[in-house]
Amino acid sequence: MNQELLNTLGSIVGTATPLVIASLGETITERAGVVNLSLDGSLALAAVLGFAAAWTAQEAGMVDPPMQIALGIAVAMLVGALIALLVGFSSIKLRRDQVAVGFVLTLLAAELARFLGADFTRIPGPQITRFNIPLLEQVPILGPVFFQQNLLVYFSYILMFGIWFWLFRSSGGLTLRAIGERPEAAYARGARVQRLRYWYTFLGGALVGLAGAAYSLNVKPGWSSPPAMQGDGWIALAIVIFGGWHPFRVVLGAYLFAALRAVSSHIQTNGLVIFGQEISFPFVLLNALPWLLMIVTLLIVSGGLTERLLAYMPRGVQHRLRAFLRSDPPKALGTRFEME
Amino acid sequence: MKPPRGIAIRIAFLLLPIAISLAIGAALVIAVGRDPLEVVDALWKGAFKDSRKLGGVVNFWIPLTLVSIGLVVTFRAGLWNIGVEGQMMMGAIFASWGAQYILLDESLSPLLNIVLIALAAVGGMFWAFIVGILKIRLGVNEIFGGVALNALVNVISIYLISGPWQPRIGGSAQGTEPFPAPALLPEFSARFPTNLFMIAVVIAAFLIVMVMLNATRWGLNLKAVGANMRSALLLGVATERTSLSAFLVCGALAGIAGSYRVLFTFDNLRPLASGGIGFLGLLVVLLLSIRLLWVPLIAFAFAAILTGSTRLQIALQLDSSLAGVLQGMLVLFVILFHGVQEVFFPQTLDASAPSPTHQGGELQASRGSLPHRDGGDLEGVK
Repeated sequence: MNQELLNTLGSIVGTATPLVIASLGETITERAGVVNLSLDGSLALAAVLGFAAAWTAQEAGMVDPPMQIALGIAVAMLVGALIALLVGFSSIKLRRDQVAVGFVLTLLAAELARFLGADFTRIPGPQITRFNIPLLEQVPILGPVFFQQNLLVYFSYILMFGIWFWLFRSSGGLTLRAIGERPEAAYARGARVQRLRYWYTFLGGALVGLAGAAYSLNVKPGWSSPPAMQGDGWIALAIVIFGGWHPFRVVLGAYLFAALRAVSSHIQTNGLVIFGQEISFPFVLLNALPWLLMIVTLLIVSGGLTERLLAYMPRGVQHRLRAFLRSDPPKALGTRFEME
Repeated sequence: MKPPRGIAIRIAFLLLPIAISLAIGAALVIAVGRDPLEVVDALWKGAFKDSRKLGGVVNFWIPLTLVSIGLVVTFRAGLWNIGVEGQMMMGAIFASWGAQYILLDESLSPLLNIVLIALAAVGGMFWAFIVGILKIRLGVNEIFGGVALNALVNVISIYLISGPWQPRIGGSAQGTEPFPAPALLPEFSARFPTNLFMIAVVIAAFLIVMVMLNATRWGLNLKAVGANMRSALLLGVATERTSLSAFLVCGALAGIAGSYRVLFTFDNLRPLASGGIGFLGLLVVLLLSIRLLWVPLIAFAFAAILTGSTRLQIALQLDSSLAGVLQGMLVLFVILFHGVQEVFFPQTLDASAPSPTHQGGELQASRGSLPHRDGGDLEGVK
């Protein structure tokens, strides 16, 4: 396989990592029945504060580089978790609409990121260093693509399998799914619905914060305004729906978006040649592709259109195709649970 | 009956969010090493120093009030029209097309103005129609449809500005050439640079929507759909048509707002010409729990903060995003404190009208927080 292609695939896996982590975080939050709509702003605020913390530690010269990164990541995770907790608290305790609070927090966090980031714009800072995994990195094809990355990327693999295992192979995960589907039934079985919702919202938010740090300390080092990840929070939220709240499919969706973006930015810098013919059109229009993909994927999984098309299929195929294409949200998603 | 206590709590809950937002804002300003009083001074002078500045406030107020009125309509129908920003932009693009290609005699300038504004309304409706169809017929949540269409219209505008509509000299992504004078909306005077006709349009839109919402069957249908889609359908309301009409009304108003940005504020089409005013409109309406009556007043306050913030950069080298931070915090704390009041002091509240910030206690949210499920609910009814 040619080296250039392997490099490209490897960089797609690398740049997809923040999307992967953010959408996995949102997946567990939504599995618990809470929508954290603040992702787009949370990512930005976590990114800038994480970077600011790591940079400050570097300038102060107090700690060695890995510790600077760790500090940045810790701050970013805390930021993401606190914003998520605010969504959870306003819904669980104060009976506010999760979408309203999440939306306001998105705008607020994005503006706050711009305001606080003004002094950190376009300055170099610490970055996460690459770490090849011994032995695995030498596996043909898979090695260069998946195992010549950094620890954050490896963590995203573990996270995906970990969340899958927790959701579908553990009793704790069964409870998690129950409080998102039928909280009253879970409550009757002894689950502490509210406490668990707080916990999974917190955890999901911390992962969103980590994703923010993954931008400013790795994928697009530093901070700029408008931020590099603008819009990715919304894409992550759409990926969760596309992924049917299943970790494997969610990760697949994230890679799909990253791949599309890599292709479109490659064409924009290098031009497009098909069968030796140079093809030319306004390449700016390629920036529309991720958003078109977002609409198309949501169209496919959201019912309406799919149901209409399925009606033309033979019966046997219908059932399987529907199970494959459709994705249904946790039944109690976005609703409030009140103990009687 | 002890009314004084109730009133004291009510006033406290009115003032607390403002006080806390200001306190946190002040803390932020101190954290970046500036004097909060200087910030207040800069904001005030930036907005009200003279009649020119006041004109600037009005020029933000006009588009902001228009989109906010439109958003009251969509929120009434229980719809989250985040796509309003893109609808503004599409209106701006339609108006820009007309400004460049519709040639009218100079003496017919007022007529051309009206044609362009109407064109912008059509543009906004077109973009709102897509969000509406995606939501109503195809089950794509209007929040995600709106976000995607916002991004798409930005790509389109950048393509137009850097491609077919680029200036003859020095073509870049900065903006098109200034439109010919007959296409532009005239200034009232150099000392009060705003457009009186558009102010009249805003007042007319406000009155018409007020009447439509409160005194027509359409307004009632809208409320029914917003309160409970399923019951509305069972009562014989044409829910799909009602929802779509809400999108179209909002799109038209957003489109007109967009035309003001390009035909008055900038005199040409620029990337992101809508300037976040659509999102700000969402904040205005959320702050008010969709009460139309107060929209012009709150929009004025927000427009003043926005206009004043442009002075922060010049006077204090502070990023103008402080305005957005203050507005965002204010809305957040109003929502949160409304919750605190409802949970801990329910006796001080009037029987509450349906509000987009309140969450029903029932497990199956009637007005879906994630509305892509509504389609499924309705299928069961048919």
